Order: sequence, then structure tokens, then C-alpha cells
Amino acid sequence: MNLWKRLMCTARRKSPWLFHMNSGSCNGCDIEIIAALSPRYDAEQLGVLLQGSPRHADILVVTGPVTNKAVNAVKTVYDQVCGPKAVVAIGSCPATTNVFIDSRTLDGPLDKHLPVDVYVPGCPPRPDAIIAGVVKAAVLLAERGSDAPQPTVAIATAEEVQP
Amino acid sequence: MNPMLTALARLLIFPGLLFAVPAAWFFLWVERKAVARMQERVGPPFMQPFWDFTKLLGKSTPPRPGIAGFIMRAWPLIAVGSAAGAVGLLPVLPLSGGFEGDLILLLALLELPSICIIAAGFSSRSIFGEIGSAREAALSVSYNIVFLLAIVSIAASQHTFRLEALAAMHPSFLTVLGIIAILICLPAKLHINPFSLPNAEQEIYSGPMTEYAGPELAMWELAHGLEWVAATGLVATLVAPHIALAWGTSLLAGGIFVVLSVAVVLLLSVLAAATARLAIDSSVRFYWQCTLIFAVLAISSALFVRFWL
Ligand code: SF4
Repeated sequence: MNLWKRLMCTARRKSPWLFHMNSGSCNGCDIEIIAALSPRYDAEQLGVLLQGSPRHADILVVTGPVTNKAVNAVKTVYDQVCGPKAVVAIGSCPATTNVFIDSRTLDGPLDKHLPVDVYVPGCPPRPDAIIAGVVKAAVLLAERGSDAPQPTVAIATAEEVQP
Repeated sequence: MNPMLTALARLLIFPGLLFAVPAAWFFLWVERKAVARMQERVGPPFMQPFWDFTKLLGKSTPPRPGIAGFIMRAWPLIAVGSAAGAVGLLPVLPLSGGFEGDLILLLALLELPSICIIAAGFSSRSIFGEIGSAREAALSVSYNIVFLLAIVSIAASQHTFRLEALAAMHPSFLTVLGIIAILICLPAKLHINPFSLPNAEQEIYSGPMTEYAGPELAMWELAHGLEWVAATGLVATLVAPHIALAWGTSLLAGGIFVVLSVAVVLLLSVLAAATARLAIDSSVRFYWQCTLIFAVLAISSALFVRFWL
């Protein structure tokens, strides 16, 4: 049993699959995520794969300051990711809402809605920083194991979002 | 030896599960690594498909209540079972106890995973799954005609549907033609570029697999790997009458089989890295045009070989 746990630990550390969620970012951070997977940085050598469906992912990578329109989508996608899972906030936007602070179209920052595990600051952060953040999240996943409770978030109704 | 025991040994040990599962991971790695090298990347480490598989086993799955959920969970298992059965039928070792008509069983087992994928996409009731399944269905109708024609014309020219006899035959013009036709069909059968549209990411999420998670997805990955082993292994056994020549030493026969399969995997990966995804209409048109050419060539030469030689 112990052996199986250790094996699972290593597997989680070595195979972080991402789902990329844009919650209204300026597209700067999204380009940097793609750059992290490109030949120059090649995150695949660490086992990182960008997945097409949130159901396949271990790590939810969120960019953007969470606009009013995106709140429900972010929560839905978070719940669609199967546990054990982690959230990485890419850029200064999801951490602090950055230059968009005090905008009336925002409902950020991200940690108001989701339990964020790793912040990667920068506007936009460098691809190396993004890779480092993802690897840190993968190590967190491995340490936490499957016993830890996975928080789920309540989805707000449409009335709450659109005044 | 007891034929029952032989069959079990083939299914479970070589070239069955005990060999095929590590081989499936190895082939998946070769494919990813070759694509990465072609793009001047380092690529995934050697154990990557194994780690992915293990990690997926440890993930949770969304609740799937009722009979629909049960059916959805069953598809990947059926796919794994049939792909493993197809690998087990390959005539790699001498006197491995094939039977008359095992070629037909092999073709059916090779086809089953793709039918499972179509059914899985529709039973997941996700819109992306349904689009992916529809594409897979259209594609499989078009490539299967070429694929079956190629194999049937090889078999007809040899007067047999027995795999062992086909593996031992001497190469002729018809065999070369048939093997080229099979190679043309493999990218579509294995869903790699340029015919990767059933699971086109960036377009329809993950196609039929969109709703699958955790251990179910692990089974799909395994089925995909086993399909690689079965399909490339089929080509390897047809290409090499040498395997039959080397039947004196089973070890050598097994070695040649593995080397040839890896060569086919490399060939297909290079093709996948060098091409972009085609749209559904051009893929279907490509296969129908192939069908026409190969149908005329294959049938006429099969008849020729059968009645005049
Ligand atoms: S952090 Fe900067 S680059 Fe990234 S989404 Fe926000 S404004 Fe754009």
C-alpha cells in the first residue's frame, strides 16, 4: 500500500496536465503559456501537457482578472477538473486584478472564488516562471496526496452576477 | 502443446498483455519523442506514458449514475480487451497455433476500438463528443474500405485467411501494394496527423474523450497504445517473411518483430510531425480517391495472381 502511494506521488509529480482558462486576460499571459510549451522552453520534458478538456487536467491554469462574465465559467471549469487538483494563477491579474483594479466590470481577484495554490507574478510572467509555477503545483499535488479534501466552490446564480 | 494453453499464453504473455502493455507505453513514448525531436524539442522522458497512466489511475471520476454511466464506463474496457486480443493473434512466434480464418477475427478486433470510440462519444452526451464521434464515423467508413481491400486482396491471392500462412508468404508486387495501402490507412486508424480530426484539440476540445476522466481515460490511453502495437505489428508480420525464416529461433523472430514495429512507429511519427491536420472533407476525399485506385489495382492483381500464376 505504501509502495503504491509512493508510486502515485512520483506519478503526480512527473505528469502535470494543464487546462488553460482565460478569465478575461489581455492575452499577454496566454501567449506566454504557449511560449512555455514551444520548442525554446519545451515544458513537455517535465511531462507537462496542455489538455483539451478540463476533465483530463490536474492543474487549472488561470489568466486574467476574472470579469463579471467569467465568474461562473471559472467556477464551473474548476468543478469539472477531477481531483486531486491544483490552481495556478498566471500573471498579476488573477493575483491582484493589476491595472484593471476598481473596474466595475470585474469581480476579482481570483482567490475570491477559487482556492489558488500557486501565484506566478509578472505582467506577463516569463515562460520559465510559468514552468516553475506549474512544477511547484505538481509537487504540491504529490505531497498532498488523494486523502486531502478537495474544496468545491458554489456556483453563483445569474442574478448575483448581473445586477 | 495443449492448444488452449497456447492460446492463453499468446493472449497473456507474448505477444499478448505482458509484452503488449509495456510495448504500448514504449510506442507512445517513441511517437511523442520523435515528434518532439522533429520540432527540435527535448521531448518527454522515457517513463512518461507509464507515469501518465499511473497518475490517471489515481484520479477521481465524476459521478456517472444509472445505466448510461455504466455503459460509458464499459466502452474503454471493451476497447482495451479487443486491442489486446488483436495483439495476441499476431503470428510472431513459430507454431503459435493460429486457426483458419483468424485474419477475419483480427480485422474485427482491430475495428472494435474505433467503434467503441464512436459509441463513447455519443454516450457521453457532450456536444464535442458527438462532433468527434461523427467525424470518426465518417473517417472510419472511408479508410476502412482501402484497409480491408488491401488485406483481403493479399489474402485472396494466397488462398487463405490464416495469418500464419500470410506471415510466411514471399513478397510479391501485390504484397507491396497492399502494405502501402495499409500504411496509408494507419494514420487515420491511430488518429495522428494529418487525420487527427476526431480528437482535434483547439477545435472540439478532446472529441469523444471530452467527458472521460481518471481511470477511464487511462484505459483509453492504454487502448490507444495497444492499437499502435497491433496495427504496426500487423504491418511488421506482413513485411517480413524473414520472421518466418527466423522461426528456428523464437528469440530472433521476436526481435525482428519488435524492430520492424518500431520502424513503422517512427515512420508514422515523422509523418505526423511533418503534416498539419486536414479538414474532414479533404480527408474523406483523399481516402475515397485512394479507394478507387487501390480497388482497381488490388482486385485486378489479386485475380491475376489467383487464376494465371
Ligand atoms: S498580468 Fe498583464 S499580461 Fe497578464 S493578463 Fe494581466 S495585464 Fe495581461
